[in-house]
Amino acid sequence: MDKKLEPIVQALQENFGITSEEFRGEVHVFIKAEDIVAALTLLRDKYDFELLSALTAIDYLPQLSPRFHVIYQLTSLARNLSLQLRVPLDDGHPHIPTATGVYEVANWRERELLDMFGIVPDGHPDPRRILMPEGTEGHPLRKDFPLGYEEPQFTFNFDEIDLRKPYAKE
Amino acid sequence: MAQLEEVSVEQFKHLVSERALTGETMLLNMGPQHPSTHGVLRLLLELDGEVVINAIPDIGYLHTGIEKNIEAKTYLKAEVMTDRLDYMNNMGNNLVYCMAVEKLVELDVPERALTIRVILAELERVNSHLVWIGTFGLDLAAMSMFLYAFRERERILDIKELISGQRMMTTFIRPGGIWRDVPVEFESAVRDFIRMMPKRIDEYEALLTKNPLFLDRLLGIGKLDPAVALQHGVTGPMLRASGVNWDLRKARPYLGYEQYDFNVPVRTEGDTYARYIVRVEEMRESLKIIEQALNKLPLGPVNSNNRKFVPPPRSELGVSMEALIHHFKLWTEGFPAPNADIYQAVESPRGELGVLLAGDGGPKPRRCHWRTPSFDNLSVLPKIVKGHLVADLVAILASVDIVLGDIDR
Repeated sequence: MDKKLEPIVQALQENFGITSEEFRGEVHVFIKAEDIVAALTLLRDKYDFELLSALTAIDYLPQLSPRFHVIYQLTSLARNLSLQLRVPLDDGHPHIPTATGVYEVANWRERELLDMFGIVPDGHPDPRRILMPEGTEGHPLRKDFPLGYEEPQFTFNFDEIDLRKPYAKE
Repeated sequence: MAQLEEVSVEQFKHLVSERALTGETMLLNMGPQHPSTHGVLRLLLELDGEVVINAIPDIGYLHTGIEKNIEAKTYLKAEVMTDRLDYMNNMGNNLVYCMAVEKLVELDVPERALTIRVILAELERVNSHLVWIGTFGLDLAAMSMFLYAFRERERILDIKELISGQRMMTTFIRPGGIWRDVPVEFESAVRDFIRMMPKRIDEYEALLTKNPLFLDRLLGIGKLDPAVALQHGVTGPMLRASGVNWDLRKARPYLGYEQYDFNVPVRTEGDTYARYIVRVEEMRESLKIIEQALNKLPLGPVNSNNRKFVPPPRSELGVSMEALIHHFKLWTEGFPAPNADIYQAVESPRGELGVLLAGDGGPKPRRCHWRTPSFDNLSVLPKIVKGHLVADLVAILASVDIVLGDIDR
């Protein structure tokens, strides 16, 4: 582990009782969902992690507990460090507290989580879908969502397929 | 297929001010089909006369599900889709994807391939900025700028065609190296280009930089505070135009960028004009890097000889049984990657382009998330357009340099 990261992970350990692991020089810190806002605030204010580079999730189906890892990739410009926070979430109805108050970029990124994984950001100011149309069923990046296809239409069966195509309603 | 349901207006009421509900302000749709939105971006504007009170971006019209599709392909085959994400920076997307795969499976890359990658990445940066300066001029009614910039861009596309046979979707950079060595004409073609280009940039600057009409449209428009920029995850030229010196090529050198001598242009004004200056300067710096890379271009192999990950050259297939087996295995089954994940970021023309690549122990990725710079750069737009005129909105949107393929993925 990078020498400069050690005191930061130590501080997280003391405050939140986290576990950490390292892979290819990247430090991953596992933290509970209820602590994430406090941890992000601590990292931003005390350890100069000004930038939330990425906020996304990984679906580990068929494993159900935890099924998701929500990933917060943080960057410190002043110290030139990277740190990854991970929140494991169980299957069922996954919730995370919103980080919009700490990093405003989380606003759109959490909408993407809601849209793509169905992970609900509690307290989000504008919880709507972002990429898929309003009213879509399901969450496309979940492993149990089929890849899907579009039926090719030819002259002889154009109308027949057109009738069952899922167009947006007027 | 999922069915689309009826959507009520009620759930969108909180997006606009209360004055819109009484009809005091006007709601106007800009896009999705609008020339100055650079693709299919819809902006819902709340206007008080000519003044923008609120802008609500609506994205997703170009959503292609590439992240989902990558999960169904092997590591080698998924790369074809990465070109299509940010279609102004094809090589850059290949580059970050390949670097992510190389980091995940610990693959080495020979020196010559690294240097060629630097040349291509910087050519792509010039290419992207040329398209940007052209469309920026077009949005501000400098039609000739568009034609000049695309004339020069054509030279870069010719170079890409020369090395890969394709003008845009090249898939030239591959895990472990590059597709194949560049032809002998490559060096003279690139040298011709970098000899011609500085004069052409001078010409653009003569047209625009001190043009009073241009200055009137840009100075003090769309000011972005560095603290707000960082809160919104803004990176790249937009962040550097706000006075934050952050360039991954300098801060965390990859591909041996530490060997090259170049500056990172930074302006402190944070307005639309500063973004223009930063990008023009960046083109000049990229040309400097290309020249240094060409001068030191070493000889040697362009692919790792780790046959467990890199397919053998065509010439070996006829004479070596081993090579044939490796070729067959790599293109049918693919190679396994560990059950773990890594995050790899590079500096794209628009900012920090990152890939979070998660393996599952098998030949297909579990997850490939693209942290695309345009997505976060666009999210700051509602903040910086408030109080400006609709005509200024066009200038600000152009200065953000969004690519919709990059945003919607």
